[in-house]
Amino acid sequence: MIQLLNTLLIGITSGGICALMAISMVLVWRSTRVINFAQSGMALLSTYFGYEAIVNLKSFWIALPVAMIGGALFAAFIEVVFMRLLVKHSSSGPIASVAPIIATLGLLGIIRAIVSMIWGGQDVRIVGPLSNDGFTIGGETLVFSPLKLLILISVIVLMLLLSILFQKTNLGLSLRAAAYAPEIARLSGIKVDLVRTLGWALAGAAGAVAGMFQTINANGYLSPYSIEFSILLVSGFIAAVIGGLESLVGAVIGGLVLGVSVSFILMYVSSSLGFIAPFIILLIVLFIRPQGIIGAKAARRA
Amino acid sequence: MSLNVSNLTIHHGAICAVNSVSLALPTGRLAAIIGSNGAGKTTLLRALSGLNKPTHGEITWMGESILGKKAENLVRRGISHVSEGKSVIPQLTVKENLELGAIWRRNKKELSESLDQVITIFPRLGERLAQRADTLSGGERQMVAIGRALMSKPRLLLLDEPSLGLAPLVIEQIFQIIRDLTTSMRITVVLVEQNAMGALKIADLGIVLNLGRVVAVDHADALIANPAVRAAYLGY
Repeated sequence: MIQLLNTLLIGITSGGICALMAISMVLVWRSTRVINFAQSGMALLSTYFGYEAIVNLKSFWIALPVAMIGGALFAAFIEVVFMRLLVKHSSSGPIASVAPIIATLGLLGIIRAIVSMIWGGQDVRIVGPLSNDGFTIGGETLVFSPLKLLILISVIVLMLLLSILFQKTNLGLSLRAAAYAPEIARLSGIKVDLVRTLGWALAGAAGAVAGMFQTINANGYLSPYSIEFSILLVSGFIAAVIGGLESLVGAVIGGLVLGVSVSFILMYVSSSLGFIAPFIILLIVLFIRPQGIIGAKAARRA
Repeated sequence: MSLNVSNLTIHHGAICAVNSVSLALPTGRLAAIIGSNGAGKTTLLRALSGLNKPTHGEITWMGESILGKKAENLVRRGISHVSEGKSVIPQLTVKENLELGAIWRRNKKELSESLDQVITIFPRLGERLAQRADTLSGGERQMVAIGRALMSKPRLLLLDEPSLGLAPLVIEQIFQIIRDLTTSMRITVVLVEQNAMGALKIADLGIVLNLGRVVAVDHADALIANPAVRAAYLGY
């Protein structure tokens, strides 16, 4: 029973991190119609910003917002100087919809190379604010730890803040309108270009949190070609697709479904399935509901 | 003249969609632009709201050139455009769709005043504020679209085929409301319509476009009486 709860909580924690990554991919997809494979590179760079902040300021709770702001500014920069140009130049022809996506793969390589130029290829370490040693209940030591609990709570708080931003503020309404119907948004006086950049910035901030948490949720080691960030990219993308790619709620559900199922597969089937499990889940979901869990048929056409 | 268009030419690639069109409209008047499919009506209207870039010509609004200005900035100068086909955002609620039109004003008090005003004009929307826009009927969606434009406090309202796909009774109701907007709120209106008779009946000025050119311009009543226009566009 305790083992079951343990598995569930681990799954929700990693699912929550994955949901943050999925949110950042959905935000970019909705505003620019691009699957941004550089998202993990942006998260990586932001996490290095966070690492610098920890080294210099000795506090995880200062480093987290530093990483978020750094990630937001970098994402906004990429949107303004890179994506706008790219989308404009590849707006017609057979490769129009593919070119920007391939370009994000190139961007991922560039960001990784820049990171290893600045910080070197060796591992650096970020230590979380709490211990990652599991709770001990009735003589049994679990994997679920105080740090994981803290990550879980932080992710929930961030999601609540995001949903308030999107549902209750004018900025959120502008972001949604610009995503669903850019022309109507423009005719309503919304500066769609600016809103698009803000959408990227928000995605950058969410990705930064995902990167920071993914790092401390594992063993805290960070390197330019870290496997943790590849996992983050793949699982974030899969969670976004499971959620229908259009919906932030879908991204959260997708992340949780993925995190919990992977956690159960690792615990009860085989611990060597870590890499395959997300893909199996993706295939199963797409076979049963090709439009994703939340995605509507109409949304796919738009 | 509050709206002045002179020698406006607009190309879609190699095709000349609007060919040196001129028109002048005084404040608080309603102009109906009629004509068959492909006459350039929508293209012309989209140029007025900044969605299209004209090749030649000039557009002035309240004495200032608005040529080449962006749509999102023209809203701030009092020009609101309701594009073709019930332009609402289906995923948003009725209230959110309406609020959208007033966000740029950054004034909560004015926003709620405008919302009250729109609900007074379209009482049916008041009962449906929390509903998603895709649950509405066609007529209600058109009301939301016009309501959203009114939330921006327009002085010039550009309407693209508001009657499209609506039942005759609903069309009559919408046209009556459009007429009231000019009469009671002194909003200048440019109405593009396939439903030529309905549009001319409520209009002050009628403009007939054919293949991108103005082929007739006159008082709306005179156009209704004009035998050539009757035969070509009014069907009797």
